[in-house]
Amino acid sequence: MATDRLDTDRVDAAPAEGTEDLEAFRMRARAWLADNMPPLQETLTPHQLMLQDEMGTRARELQRILFDGGFAGLCFPKEYGGQGLTRAHQAAFTHESAPYEMPLVLNVPTFSILAPTLLDFGTEEQKRAHIPKIISGEEMWVQFLSEPSGGSDLASLVTRATRDGDVFILNGSKIWSSGAFRADYALCLARTEWHVPKHRGLTCFIVKIHQPGIEVQQIKMVNGSSEFCQEFFDDVAIPAENVVGEVNDGWTVATRLLYHERDAVGGGSPYTSGVFGGRGEHGSGRTDLIDLARATGRTGDSHVRQLVAESRANDLVGAQLISRVTKGISTGKFPGPAGSLHRLYAATNAERHQDIALELAGAGAGAWAEGDLAGEKGIEFLSRQSGSLGGGSNEMQRNIISERILGMPREYAADKDKPFDEVRHNASPSRPR
Amino acid sequence: MDLELTEDQELFRETTAKFLERTSPLSTVREWAEKEPAGFPADWWRQGAGLGWTSLLVSEDDGGGSVSGHGLLDLVIVAEEMGRGVAPGPLLPVNVVAAALSEYGTQDQRDRYLPDLLSGEAIASWCLTEKGAPGLPSGVGLQATRRGADFVLTGRKGPVEAGAEAEFFVVAALVDGEPTQFLVDADAPGVTVTRAEGLDLVRRFAMVELDDVVLPAAAVLGEAGAGAPQIERLFELAVALECASMAGVIDRVLSFTMEYSFDRYSFGRPLASYQALKHRFADMKLWTEASLATALAAARSVDAKSERAFEFVSVAKSYIGDRAPLILQDCVQLHGGIGVTWDHDLHLYIRRVVQDRALFGTPYDHRERIAQALRLEESHGH
Ligand SMILES: Cc1cc2nc3c(=O)[nH]c(=O)nc-3n(C[C@H](O)[C@H](O)[C@H](O)COP(=O)(O)OP(=O)(O)OC[C@H]3O[C@@H](n4cnc5c(N)ncnc54)[C@H](O)[C@@H]3O)c2cc1C
Repeated sequence: MATDRLDTDRVDAAPAEGTEDLEAFRMRARAWLADNMPPLQETLTPHQLMLQDEMGTRARELQRILFDGGFAGLCFPKEYGGQGLTRAHQAAFTHESAPYEMPLVLNVPTFSILAPTLLDFGTEEQKRAHIPKIISGEEMWVQFLSEPSGGSDLASLVTRATRDGDVFILNGSKIWSSGAFRADYALCLARTEWHVPKHRGLTCFIVKIHQPGIEVQQIKMVNGSSEFCQEFFDDVAIPAENVVGEVNDGWTVATRLLYHERDAVGGGSPYTSGVFGGRGEHGSGRTDLIDLARATGRTGDSHVRQLVAESRANDLVGAQLISRVTKGISTGKFPGPAGSLHRLYAATNAERHQDIALELAGAGAGAWAEGDLAGEKGIEFLSRQSGSLGGGSNEMQRNIISERILGMPREYAADKDKPFDEVRHNASPSRPR
Repeated sequence: MDLELTEDQELFRETTAKFLERTSPLSTVREWAEKEPAGFPADWWRQGAGLGWTSLLVSEDDGGGSVSGHGLLDLVIVAEEMGRGVAPGPLLPVNVVAAALSEYGTQDQRDRYLPDLLSGEAIASWCLTEKGAPGLPSGVGLQATRRGADFVLTGRKGPVEAGAEAEFFVVAALVDGEPTQFLVDADAPGVTVTRAEGLDLVRRFAMVELDDVVLPAAAVLGEAGAGAPQIERLFELAVALECASMAGVIDRVLSFTMEYSFDRYSFGRPLASYQALKHRFADMKLWTEASLATALAAARSVDAKSERAFEFVSVAKSYIGDRAPLILQDCVQLHGGIGVTWDHDLHLYIRRVVQDRALFGTPYDHRERIAQALRLEESHGH
């Protein structure tokens, strides 16, 4: 795949002539944020704020304010409504925005996964139709990849798109699509050809989510939220001009999407703006465990100090690793799949972070007075594995690192080079009545 | 390795690596371990000095000079390569002392001590650590008392790298409870140096005892009572070098263990084809890249004298200090029985890493420094 000419690669090119000086930008952003964005309240964390805004209405409003102020889509190209700035500008803005309410729900997957993929493989018309609306907060996007029949072996999906004149007819089901109920569009990977090996019969489509023939059901998750969705497609007609990339070459698009996804969930995407966790007290690192340790009154206990410091070190090393891998990929010293390194780092660090939080929370993680930080940590622990599954499981990342970075032998695959319709795979369950 | 080396730095790295490969391959390291009291022949160190190993942290006016204008970033290249080859040589103590003289020494002190140090003629070392205290700036307890215009030092320091080879020391002490550093000649009356046992085959240590050592005011480095920032700075330099060394070690060991996994067969397949092992290699690769990243970030912050250096060196040391021994022992496991033999080279690397991990603060000590940097015990308004 000739990834060297993709649009999103431009973000690491030398800044264009006349690009605003970083410090001047930082000062301008600081002043603008103070005048225009609502300050975070003491009582609600950014995470709680996001949960309250179930439909993303507030996020869209906030994004519109950023857009009108010229502080939206900082790393997106100017021709599609962005600002054409560098990673360093985005990092400075994120740092400055820590004390304010930000539309964080738009970061993943809309800004950091779907928009970049569209930028790389969308037609000119598709890009002009959607990217400016994404940047202004008008459109939210999600990914329709995983199916009940499987997620890790994504290329074995069985949702069917059959050509009929200038439309494709979509039938099947997608699952685990986070936030689909509030979103407007999805990139959907479906099978268009069955008599070829699995990777060569897939096509990627832009699908309008809320339309006749698509039923979206929310799925209740362990922490009580209903972010997850399942969609059922019943003879949905998709215009042929909604194909992204080439027909039957959807795997190329999906591969790039997964690349952006690893970058996004690994924390290395230049397209996200603002962060969860803390008011920038110590750089832009999260401070939840510091707050927790203080809340429990045990900051002098050396066990507590060790754990908070370990988590702090893990977070800083993670950020340093992202810089290294990003530099490595942009200079060609590391292969593209090296993004799996910080993806795996972020997930394993999140697991450790949860374990430490549980230890610091003590008895409070099991039963707590309303509003206690400790109780929040107990609930968060229930979703400990989320980051290690979403965006390709840790096991898949370890396969990628060992096979495509270290060059170790590929796993045996029973379906290698065989036409998909001759291979044993999981069937899609029928729709519940 | 730094992914952004300048052309000059890349050339410097190659020259250093080739020199080490040619003059001190592991077979030679094993020989020197047996027959060289210092762990290396004096002439070898002088040749290294000729390549720039001693002068990178010293200003040009004092006869030093860097490759890139960022002396520490050049020096960590040497430290990393020395880690890859478990090379001998007092790289850390000599450079810490050279930096101390160059940054804080009077003209007389620099004229007297620096030329021989830079040429590799003389070796010197830094006495920070004391028995029973963590190897941190905060662990300094040795008392220096005033006697007229002089200072009198009594106490024990150690372990001190290359202590038996050193002609002089920079000694961290307390004057009226305030950190102060002194230049002390090894042959001054009252100084006794005793060789210590050590894990590394070629890196040697000693204990230094000071018994009523009388020093004139001219032996003070900088000002009496104002040594705290000096000690912190030298400590950060030392930790940055240790981290680069450990990162070099694990990078090298992981790569030869990888090769071994391709060559070694069981059940008709190379070890490298088993997913259970591939996943362990993936984790080790991740930890190694993370170690290289944090070692470099630490070196950059110290080189820039950034206010974040205090925290960054401790982040790097606590992370790498925890991971490196685990990686090496897992590499032993992946080698099978040969991994626990004297003839296999793995133990040379383990010896080196255990020392680097232990000296100038363990991961535990460094996490306590991070907690201090976070000002954990202060409650905040929100
Ligand atoms: C929080 C979250 C958000 C998500 N958001 C989305 C979304 O927006 N859109 C979307 O399409 N999907 C989404 N997913 C789905 C996610 O991509 C899948 O859950 C994931 O790819 C795993 O697929 P699966 O659940 O079918 O598990 P399976 O593929 O059945 O895997 C089960 C277990 O087996 C392991 N395994 C599988 N194959 C191998 C192998 N060859 N070697 C070793 N181990 C293996 C896996 O690692 C896993 O531990 C999300 C998931 C989570 C948890």
